[in-house]
Amino acid sequence: MSDQSLTSSAAAPTPSNGPMLAADGTPLKKSLNRALRRQKTRALMLIAPLLIFILVTFIAPIADMLFRSVENQIVSETLPRTVVAINEWEPEETPLPPNDAFEAIYRDIFVAAEEKTHTRLGSRLNYETTGISSLFRKSGRAVDDVGERYVDAISDALPDWKGAGPWAVLGDAAHPALPGYNDAWKDFARVSTASGDDPATEKPWELLFVALAEELRAGALNEYDGPLGTELAQLSTALEPVAPVDYRAAMVEVDEDWEDPDIWATIKTYAPPFTPGYFLNAADMKYSADGIEVKQESERLYGMLFQRTLLMSLTITLATILLGYPVAFLMANLPMRISNLLMIFVLLPFWTSLLVRTSAWKVLLQQEGVINDLLVWIGLIADDGRLVMINNATGTIIAMTHILLPFMILPLYSVMQTIPPSYVRAAKSLGATNWTAFWRVYFPQSVPGIGAGSILVFIVAIGYYITPELVGGTTGVFISNRIAYHISTSLNWGLAAALGSILLVVVLILYWTYDRIVGIDNVKLG
Amino acid sequence: MADTNREDAFVVFDRVQKSYDGETLVVKDLNLSMPRGEFLTMLGPSGSGKTTCLMMLAGFETATHGEILLGGRPINNIPPHKRGIGMVFQNYALFPHMTVAENLSFPLEVRGIGKSEREEKIKGALERVQMGDFGGRRPAQLSGGQQQRVALARALVFEPELVLMDEPLGALDKQLRETLQFEITHLAHELGITTVYVTHDQTEALTMSDRVAVFDDGMIQQLASPDKLYEEPQNSFVAQFIGENNTLEGVVTEIRGDLCEIRLDNGEIIDAKPVNVSKVGERTRMSIRPERVEMNKERLQEGAHTLKAEVLEFIYMGDIFRTRLRVAGNDDFIIKTRNAPDQLRLKPGEKIEIGWLPSDCRALDA
Ligand SMILES: Nc1ncnc2c1ncn2[C@@H]1O[C@H](COP(=O)(O)OP(=O)(O)OP(=O)(O)O)[C@@H](O)[C@H]1O
Ligand SMILES: [Mg+2]
Repeated sequence: MSDQSLTSSAAAPTPSNGPMLAADGTPLKKSLNRALRRQKTRALMLIAPLLIFILVTFIAPIADMLFRSVENQIVSETLPRTVVAINEWEPEETPLPPNDAFEAIYRDIFVAAEEKTHTRLGSRLNYETTGISSLFRKSGRAVDDVGERYVDAISDALPDWKGAGPWAVLGDAAHPALPGYNDAWKDFARVSTASGDDPATEKPWELLFVALAEELRAGALNEYDGPLGTELAQLSTALEPVAPVDYRAAMVEVDEDWEDPDIWATIKTYAPPFTPGYFLNAADMKYSADGIEVKQESERLYGMLFQRTLLMSLTITLATILLGYPVAFLMANLPMRISNLLMIFVLLPFWTSLLVRTSAWKVLLQQEGVINDLLVWIGLIADDGRLVMINNATGTIIAMTHILLPFMILPLYSVMQTIPPSYVRAAKSLGATNWTAFWRVYFPQSVPGIGAGSILVFIVAIGYYITPELVGGTTGVFISNRIAYHISTSLNWGLAAALGSILLVVVLILYWTYDRIVGIDNVKLG
Repeated sequence: MADTNREDAFVVFDRVQKSYDGETLVVKDLNLSMPRGEFLTMLGPSGSGKTTCLMMLAGFETATHGEILLGGRPINNIPPHKRGIGMVFQNYALFPHMTVAENLSFPLEVRGIGKSEREEKIKGALERVQMGDFGGRRPAQLSGGQQQRVALARALVFEPELVLMDEPLGALDKQLRETLQFEITHLAHELGITTVYVTHDQTEALTMSDRVAVFDDGMIQQLASPDKLYEEPQNSFVAQFIGENNTLEGVVTEIRGDLCEIRLDNGEIIDAKPVNVSKVGERTRMSIRPERVEMNKERLQEGAHTLKAEVLEFIYMGDIFRTRLRVAGNDDFIIKTRNAPDQLRLKPGEKIEIGWLPSDCRALDA
C-alpha cells in the first residue's frame, strides 16, 4: 500500500563512514547512553523508598513463607545422632532400625530434654503421625534412668566422680580415643554455658557417665594416653562385671511406642533438612510405606477447601458484576449531582468497619433475624421453615458480595465515564433499538471495566478471611481461614506456608490464564 | 427555492422552542422548512443552538414547544432509531471496538439485511468515499480525514433520506477540509440526499450550501442562498457575520422609495438603500462590502457618492490589495482592490476620495 512505500522512502540514510559523533566528539551512542543512564538513576532514586519498603514488607515475607513451606531442619538439629544412625536403614526391608539407632535416640532425647527442645520436635512430628508428641514428652522425663547401672558403678568405684572435676578434665583434654564422650561433653558444655553455668563445676549429666562407660567397655583405653589414665583403668575394671545396657529394651520400657515401625518411619522421612511433606499434606496426600499416596477420603480437607474457595469467589465475582453493573451505569449517565450522591452510598461501606458490617449481616440474616422475620410476616415462609442464611456458604456469599461491591463498581464507573454518549446516539441514529445499542456498542466498551473489577474482586475474595470466619460457619469458610488456624492455633507454620504458597500459585495461574483469554491490556481502570 | 410551502416540504420546524433548564430558551422561535434534496447549512456562533436543533431533529432532545415534521409526519412520536436519519458526529463516533467494515455493517445488520447484500453495500459505500482498502482496519488506525470519510460512509450506507452533520470537518486542517467539503456536497447532490449541515465556518457554509440559516441567540437571523446572504444581508448581525464588512453609523433623515437619506455622525449626508429602517429619525448602521468601494474617480459610476478618506495602512496580499482607511470617523474601513497594472498603490497618510453606489450601501438596524 501507499503508506508502506512512504515509510521506506522516509527512512534516513545511514552514514557509511564510522559512527555518528556528538557535538563534543564522543560517539553519539556513548553520549546517548550516558544521558539515559543519568535519567535511569534518577528514576531509580525516586522509586527507591517504595522499592525498599516492598522488598522488606512484601518480597521478603513471601520468600520466607516459601522457605518455611519446605524447611525441616528441626529433626536433624534436635536428633543429630539418630539421623546419622538411621541413614542406612531401609524401612521397607526391616521394620525397625538397628540397635545403634536406639542408643542414638537415647542420647539425642537426653540432650534435647536438658535443652527442652524435645517437646517442640514432638509437636512438629505429631502433624505427621499422631502420638509422637506424647511419646517424646514421656521419653524426655524417663530418659535419665536408662543408664543407671553405669552411673552407680562409676560412683561406687570412684566417689570423686560424682562431682564435676574429673569430667571437666576429660572434656577439656578431648582425647581422640574417646569420641563418644567428647561428643556428649560438647553438648553438656554448651547447655550449661547457655543457661549461665560453668561446666567445670556443674553436676555432670548421667549421659556423661553412660558415654564414658560405653567407651571404656569398647576398649578405648588401649589407645589412651591422656590425663587420668589410672582412674580410667580403675573404672574400666569396675565396669567389667556390670551387664551392658540394652538401649532398645530400655527405650521400649520407657514407652512401648518405640517399637512401633510407624514412629521410626516418620523420623526417617522427616530427617532431611528439606521436605515436600507440608505440600503433600496441603494437597491431601501423605508419605506411606509405599511412597506418596492420597489420604483417605475422610482425612481429605484442603482440596475441598481450595475448590470451595475458588467456586465461592467466582460466585461472589459474578454477583458483584450483576449488582454493580446497573449501578455503575446509572452513575455514569446521571447528572453529576445525583451520581455523586450515589457514589457516597457506594462508598459508605468503606467508611464503616468491616467488623461492624459483617456483624450487621449476622443480625439481618440469622434465623431469628430481620429478614426471616419479614418473610414470615409477609407469609412467604412458615415460622418453622425459617431460612438458614448465616453460618453457611450463603451467609459468606451474601456478606462478601456486599463488602466487595465497591471494588467492582469503582472501576466499572470510571471506565463507563470515559465512554462518550455520542456512541450510543450514533448507534440509535443508525437504527439500533435501545437494547441493541447497549449490547453491541456500549457493553463491549465497558468490558475492560468488568475485567478490572473482576480481577480485583476475585483476588481479594480468594484471600478473604474475616468475613468467612464470622459468618461462614463450617461450610462457608475459605482456605485462608484454615491458613490462619495453622498460623495462630495449631502453630503448624510449615503447613500454613505450604497452603499459602499453593494459593499464591493458583492466583498466578489464574492471572496468566486471564491474560491469555482476555488480555491484560484490555483491563483498565478508567 | 426560497420559500417552500409546508405541503411539499420534507423537514419542517414549526414555532419550535427549546429550554434545557426551564429558565432560558436556547432555541427561541424556529421556523424552517426544507424541500427534499436540499443542502441546508446552519451557521452561527458558538452556543447559538445549532446542535440543539440537530438533536431535536434526530430525536435525542425533545422540543419544549412547537412541532417538527419529517415527511409530513410529526416526529415527536417516532423513536430515534425509526427516523431513518443518517448522522455524522463532530467527533465521528466510530465504534472503536469494530473494524471499519463492521461499523458500516452495523446499520445494515439492525435492519436485517442479508449478508451478501450487506457486503455489496459496504463495498460500494467505502469506495464512494475512497476508502475501499480500509475495511479491515480499526478506527484508531485511521487518520482524522480517513475517520471522517468512514463516518460519512456509515451515515450514508443505509441510504437515509435525511443526513445530519454536526461540524464534521471541525477537527481537520484547512486543505483536507476543502477537499472533503467538495466531496460531501458532491455526494449529497449525486445521491439526492436532504442534508442539514452545521458549521462555524462561514466559507464552508457559503461554498457548500443551497441555503444557509444564520443562527444567533436561538433564532434564525436570515435564511437565504449564499449569494443573497452575502449581498443582501437583512440585518447588521448577518452583515457582520458573513464576509468582510464596512459599517458607517448615522440617523435617517428622509425615506423616499428605494433610497433614503442619512446624516452620518460627522455631519455628512449620504444616500443608502433602506433595508431595515422604517422611519425618519431612527439610528441606522450601514453596511458596504469592501469590494464595492471604488477609489478610482474615473471608474465611479453615475449617481455614486464620494467621501473623503485617509489611508492608514496598505497591505499587499498577492492577488488583491487591502487598504485600511479612516472614513467618517471609522478607522476600520477596508477596501479590497484587484492587483492590476493600473491599480493605485496607496501610501499611509495619503488623502483620497472614495465612492460607491447608493444601492450597495444597505441601511440596517443599529
Ligand atoms: N444538555 C444541555 N443541558 C443544558 N444546557 C445545554 C445542554 N446542551 C446545550 N446547552 C446549552 O444550550 C445552548 C446551545 O447549545 P448548542 O450545543 O446547541 O450550541 P451550538 O450552536 O451547537 O454551539 P457550538 O457551535 O459551540 O457547538 C448553549 O448555551 C448550551 O450551554
Ligand atoms: Mg454544536
